[in-house]
Amino acid sequence: MKRIVRHRLFWPVVALISLIVINTIARPQFIGVTVRDGELYGALIDILRNSAPLMLVALGMTIVIATRGIDLSVGAVMAVSGAVALTIIDGSPDPEGVGTVTIAVVTALAVALVLGSWNGFLVAIGGIQPIIATLVLMLAGRGVALLITEGFITTVNSAPYSFISSGYIVGLPVAFLIAAVAITTLALLERRTALGVLTEAVGINPAASRLAGVRARGIVFSAYVATGLLAGVAGILYSANIRAADANATGQFIELYAILAVVLGGTSLAGGKFTIAGTVIGVLIIQTLESTILFLGVPAAQSPVFFAIVVIVVVVVQSPQLHAWVRKLARSRQSANTDAPQKVKVAS
Amino acid sequence: MTTAEASLQRTSTVSTRYATFMSRHASLVPTFAAVLILLVLLVGAQVQFENFLTPGNLSALLLDNAYLVVLAVGLTLVIITGGIDLSVGSVMAFTGILCASLLSQGLPAVVVVPIMLLGGGAIGLLIGVLVQYFNVQPFIASLAGLFLARGLAFVVSLSSIRVEDPAILWLQRTRFTVGEWYITPTGIIALLVVALGAVVMQWTRFGRTIYALGGGEQSARLMGLKVARTKILVYVISGVCGGLAGLLLTAYSGAGYPRNGIGTELDAIAAVVIGGTLLTGGTGYVLGSLVGVLVYGTIKKIISFMGAEQAWMQIIIGGLLLLFIVVQRVIVARSQRRT
Amino acid sequence: MPADTEVPPVVDMSSITIRFPGVLALDGVDFRLFPGEVHSLMGENGAGKSTLIKALTGVYAVDSGQITVAGQQRVLTSTSDAQDAGISTVYQEVNLSPNLSVGENVMLGHEPRKARGIDWRAAHLEAAHHLESLGLAIDTRSTLSTHSIAVQQLVAISRAMVLDAKVLVLDEPTSSLDRGEVERLFAVIRDLRAKGVAILFVSHFLNQVYEISDRITVLRNGRLIGEHLASELPRSELVAKMIGRELDELAALSSVAEREIDRTATPVLRATGIGRQGDLEPVDVEVYPGEVVGIAGLLGSGRTELVRLLYGADRADTGQIEVKGTSARMTSPRQAIDRRIAFSSEDRRGEGIIGDLTVAENIVLGIQARRGAMRRIPRAEADAVVKEYIEALGVRPADPSMLAGNLSGGNQQKVLLGRWLATAPELLILDEPTRGIDVGAKADIQRKVAELSARGLSVIFISSELEEVLRIAQRVIVMRDRRKIGEVSPQETDLSGLVEYIANKTEETAA
Repeated sequence: MKRIVRHRLFWPVVALISLIVINTIARPQFIGVTVRDGELYGALIDILRNSAPLMLVALGMTIVIATRGIDLSVGAVMAVSGAVALTIIDGSPDPEGVGTVTIAVVTALAVALVLGSWNGFLVAIGGIQPIIATLVLMLAGRGVALLITEGFITTVNSAPYSFISSGYIVGLPVAFLIAAVAITTLALLERRTALGVLTEAVGINPAASRLAGVRARGIVFSAYVATGLLAGVAGILYSANIRAADANATGQFIELYAILAVVLGGTSLAGGKFTIAGTVIGVLIIQTLESTILFLGVPAAQSPVFFAIVVIVVVVVQSPQLHAWVRKLARSRQSANTDAPQKVKVAS
Repeated sequence: MTTAEASLQRTSTVSTRYATFMSRHASLVPTFAAVLILLVLLVGAQVQFENFLTPGNLSALLLDNAYLVVLAVGLTLVIITGGIDLSVGSVMAFTGILCASLLSQGLPAVVVVPIMLLGGGAIGLLIGVLVQYFNVQPFIASLAGLFLARGLAFVVSLSSIRVEDPAILWLQRTRFTVGEWYITPTGIIALLVVALGAVVMQWTRFGRTIYALGGGEQSARLMGLKVARTKILVYVISGVCGGLAGLLLTAYSGAGYPRNGIGTELDAIAAVVIGGTLLTGGTGYVLGSLVGVLVYGTIKKIISFMGAEQAWMQIIIGGLLLLFIVVQRVIVARSQRRT
Repeated sequence: MPADTEVPPVVDMSSITIRFPGVLALDGVDFRLFPGEVHSLMGENGAGKSTLIKALTGVYAVDSGQITVAGQQRVLTSTSDAQDAGISTVYQEVNLSPNLSVGENVMLGHEPRKARGIDWRAAHLEAAHHLESLGLAIDTRSTLSTHSIAVQQLVAISRAMVLDAKVLVLDEPTSSLDRGEVERLFAVIRDLRAKGVAILFVSHFLNQVYEISDRITVLRNGRLIGEHLASELPRSELVAKMIGRELDELAALSSVAEREIDRTATPVLRATGIGRQGDLEPVDVEVYPGEVVGIAGLLGSGRTELVRLLYGADRADTGQIEVKGTSARMTSPRQAIDRRIAFSSEDRRGEGIIGDLTVAENIVLGIQARRGAMRRIPRAEADAVVKEYIEALGVRPADPSMLAGNLSGGNQQKVLLGRWLATAPELLILDEPTRGIDVGAKADIQRKVAELSARGLSVIFISSELEEVLRIAQRVIVMRDRRKIGEVSPQETDLSGLVEYIANKTEETAA
């Protein structure tokens, strides 16, 4: 039993299940899944579909954080990716054609890859602090997206493109399937290759990893490229959903939610060991929380307050300070000795 | 490197002078660079558009960006300790809309303004406590602050609220003129904040403790400095600056708007970095951040003069930030090699 | 001058006991410090030395026992408590603010103030005055980081004097200093002693301890073994008290080193004129198959810098390297590894072990890194390798899933060794592999090295303990002041001869 409780996914899973239970009590139709024309519908399905962009971005963020880095530019990359895709579709003579859509998507993803490589280059080769390196793209990227759409919000009507975000395959939302493919790919890469443990090594101790012969540069570089690509896919999902490229609104604050998801899932911001499963649960928690808040009638714009509280509760609970206090309380209740020893280490 | 016993017998050769200067004030170099860039920009703009350097335009430079100046001062203190505060834009928006809302409900400005500052300080206090007592990384703690402030702004009001209060409007509408130069009370407030910040950093133990923290928290603690108090206080100050900036922005635009300041923290961080403060902490000057904001404002003005889209603003600021970072990195790498 | 024991001690710790989960760090230890003396606290790892110091400086609270400072009983629960009691500490890492000026570092927290704020003029004047009384004449307005560690240490001591310290604790102060800087530090210490300050000197350099100390206290396994006048405690007796057994056991290894090395064969590694600006003057090095080459010299002599250049951990400015006759450019560790060279860093925790990974993951890391990120080593193969080295090197506890960071120093070194041996290197570079580990593990590692070299592995072995180097190597390169000053054959010299060699050459080059 103790091993289950100690498992680092325990609390995230408990949190998610609690949220689902609370929701179900409040609105029993929450866990209801209906089938129409061979397609699944329901609040839970909505969560799975709507969480896809955040899921993709958060997955990339997990890897980058594991290398002791961070990627603040993911929202901007989303914006650029959406802008590229929609501009191509908008400018083509056949916006409804599958061929056009394919070209648009591929081009957008290629651009996203380039942007990810740019970040990777700055961090892995240039040795620049990740927060600053990605801050540059975070600032400039939206400007680039605005230039591509020439300041307007480009809207398109393209059935194949919209299919990406609202369509169904084998009864499940396409968006969810895309996210699932990403999750599976990353999990396989972690299991079947040594990328997982080498990334952790680089994140925990870059100097030792280098001396041990680990190609740290390659690993860090790949992490940012992967994040860029995932953000690119997220951008396509998002723009397909709203059928528009809104350079300012796309992915606004998503980097913050992604980081929150990673932290909720149990990966440490300090780098090193990471958990894909944890991030998945973290994203689901956030999405379920969002759904709960909306159901309560709270205007979407006010929902950040709830997330602030969640963040605070999570970090306080996870903080070693709290554990030290709890232990002190427990001990002072046990022992009759009033001099509770305080081994507060100042010098490391 | 063998013992550097800098000789106190000054041979007034240029190289000795230079060496002494560098050993004492190497951290000023990035700020000098910022001043240089500002001058280049101003001169270049004047050459390009002949009516750029008018007293009117230059006065407007300060006043259009007064809010950013105040934000930058608070942020500079936080960054020098090695931390960061992502909440400043949202705090500015929150206090701004709070101000507008309370004024519209009839509260006098004398009561509302302190409430704004307290509100900003409260969020700063929350962040500071999380960072100091719960060992939360400043990034995450200020993220929570950002979420909280932004959400609260919308809780106060979902849409903008006009401000009619004469006291507030006086702050922006009044102009003290000297010839063609003018300054408004908001501008004066901004400059006062800069002056106060500079004095505190240079001549108080609190300010020097901030620098010491940036040099190493462990060391600062072992030196017997009041680390906990200082760390929490810098975040409170940043929050109060956010509140003050909210006041200035509300006066400037005549309304509170919950969507204000989205992304402003990034502009503020960029201004601080361009002004010569290292994001790693330990070095930086409040006056440098003022220069950084002026650089920011100048670029904005140049872009509007060129009639180009505002999108270029973000790209250029991003590019400039990158340039500064790369140069800082090269300098650091060089000096590490020498020791 | 030894302290006058008629005068009461300035620090009197009696029956100090400190417990941590699972270990009794200090068991009823007494310790006394008198004004005007230099007192060294000696003990191997785990003896309780650093715990006692931390109790004195307020880092740890004691579970039982009393601490009396200057006649007043004190409860020290924070570093500021200790400072208020008049105890100042200068740590190995010199805990000052590198970004502030020298003067500020001396005075911060006690600056002279005027109505409008800090009086900088007065502050710098006072700082300069304090520094001068230590014989240091530097620009107080210069940034601290522009000065060497040696100077920074003196600034730290100066700060302690501003705080009017009665007790000065120096924690491993000479680790990063060269000989000249050590002399200067000792002059300052003697000066302070004459002024009546009590100095607690912590160092693992036996020579320096004997050079500067008046009295020595020895701890072992958390207990007080004895307090002696330095003049009445012979070195061999001190070491015996510290490790609790005779040195003969370690001397028994000497026979293994005497072997014939074929120096006409192609050297495994040959470096000519290898050097790096500011770190190392050009050096020539050769290592032959099956040979153990030791590198001896004082700290700061360039030993680590040399091997890091050979391994590609740092880039050389000058010189060539040949591996088995083929020219090689060592610009990164990867190239060295591809040529079957392995390197175990002296900073075990910082550059060796990856603490949050398991023992198994640490051991497999070398071969995994070589095979690349995409091709994972199959589970069965990895398990077999891990098991083999845990057993062969005697890693305790023998649990592959244990986090490497939780092992003791000696076992971490073994894991590190296992990682490198698994890559089947032809040249193994060991930088201070036995530093700070218990004697049992030390003997294990020395034995293993001897065994492997007998089977054809070449080894470069760096150690601060000259006896160890003489015992293990067939040839010893001697370094001083960032240059190689010569080579010595262990068969033809002994410890004092080697020390002589290092000392003599100094005088020649000084002329």
